[in-house]
Amino acid sequence: MKTCLVVDDSSVVRKIARRILEGLEFEVTEAEDGSKALEICQWKLPDAVLLDWNMPVMDGFEFMGHMRRLPGGDQPKVVFCTTENNVAHIAQALSGGANEYIMKPFNKDIIADKFAQVGLIPVGQAFV
Amino acid sequence: MTPTEYEYLRKFLRDHSGLDLSADKQYLIESRLLPLARKAGLSGIGELVQKLQGGSGALVTNVVEAMTTNETFFFRDKVPFDHFRDTIMPEVIKARAGRRSVRIWCAAGSTGQEPYSLAMCLKEMGAALTGWRVEIIATDLSQEVLEKAKSGVYSQFEVQRGLPIQMLVKYFKQTGETWQINPELRAMIQYRQLNLLHDFTQLGTFDVIFCRNVLIYFDQDTKINIFNRLARQIEPDGFLVLGAAETVVGLTDTFRPIPDRRGLYKPNDQRAVAAPRPAHASAPPRMAVMAGR
Ligand SMILES: C[S@@+](CC[C@H](N)C(=O)[O-])C[C@H]1O[C@@H](n2cnc3c(N)ncnc32)[C@H](O)[C@@H]1O
Repeated sequence: MKTCLVVDDSSVVRKIARRILEGLEFEVTEAEDGSKALEICQWKLPDAVLLDWNMPVMDGFEFMGHMRRLPGGDQPKVVFCTTENNVAHIAQALSGGANEYIMKPFNKDIIADKFAQVGLIPVGQAFV
Repeated sequence: MTPTEYEYLRKFLRDHSGLDLSADKQYLIESRLLPLARKAGLSGIGELVQKLQGGSGALVTNVVEAMTTNETFFFRDKVPFDHFRDTIMPEVIKARAGRRSVRIWCAAGSTGQEPYSLAMCLKEMGAALTGWRVEIIATDLSQEVLEKAKSGVYSQFEVQRGLPIQMLVKYFKQTGETWQINPELRAMIQYRQLNLLHDFTQLGTFDVIFCRNVLIYFDQDTKINIFNRLARQIEPDGFLVLGAAETVVGLTDTFRPIPDRRGLYKPNDQRAVAAPRPAHASAPPRMAVMAGR
């Protein structure tokens, strides 16, 4: 089973994301900010990170920078998932090492599409 | 809705758009046509049917369009577009090296995501097509979806279905909550209203025809009829691309599936004489000449 770390300071968003990702057969762990997420990654890297941008303590962009420098840190697919919906932020995320980018609000179709886009799930995988 | 009214609407839709409704789709008719009837100031489906029988032109169009399913997204099913890039275009580029032009038809283009996906694929091919004349013609029954396609404006939700984020950044411009595809890509596509039930020989012949997720709504005879007419609009070495739930197998031998290339078909030789290329007389088609990069 592939693993996905959901990083978002809203517990509601984490819960929605978890339900969708479990439907896509991911094993989900959660973190409420970048620094908690980094601790988890130092312990064990996930296959995917669904990553909010604005969070207390450490934001998503800073977290990604640290994670990418960990041994093997180039492996996880990072999919931003944020209300920041302008080209400047998207471009910054991509040049900082993000693989995909979701502009909130999101739903299961968008998550499935974006995860398929980066090869985390087969294209057109149906929900169970 | 009375059984007579339902039967009338079934036949009406089959005649006008090819839509083949099974005997139990009353709920579909009601959910789509009741709002329309109300908006037209009619009491319900019964009165709507009376108006249609009386031959109200605008209403006919509205009813037909309301019953079409326009759902689409960028790079839908992904694989056909990989085939387009890796199989179809390399072959076309070789075969048409002499005249350096390619004609592509999106036969049910809906709101534009499919033709624009093709346009983006072609753009991504860059130097291989420099100096080529590329013509993409996108047609649809519905005028409403064509208007949207022409505008090239999509919601944040729509640009997140199937479109890789890199392509969004590269080919779209953001205005507030919406995204518009670049003028350069819009200029690659020519839109025309066309009912696939009607004659389409005037479009001329094509190297590639995308006809996806529209034939599924039609009955078998209509499918066969359209396949046979498509065969006359395609170059002998051209490609037909169908949707994931569509096939020619068991219906016609005017096309044959290409092994290991799901959704791709080649015309068979015994087809009728090809229609001539179009006389570019009336309106000059928008033919984008691919610029170098
Ligand atoms: C589900 S969409 C498919 C769009 C796109 N080809 C795709 O695969 O995503 C079907 C489209 O076929 C159009 N359509 C339905 N009946 C048609 C007809 N008789 N002639 C031409 N287009 C038709 C509808 O208006 C609609 O836009």
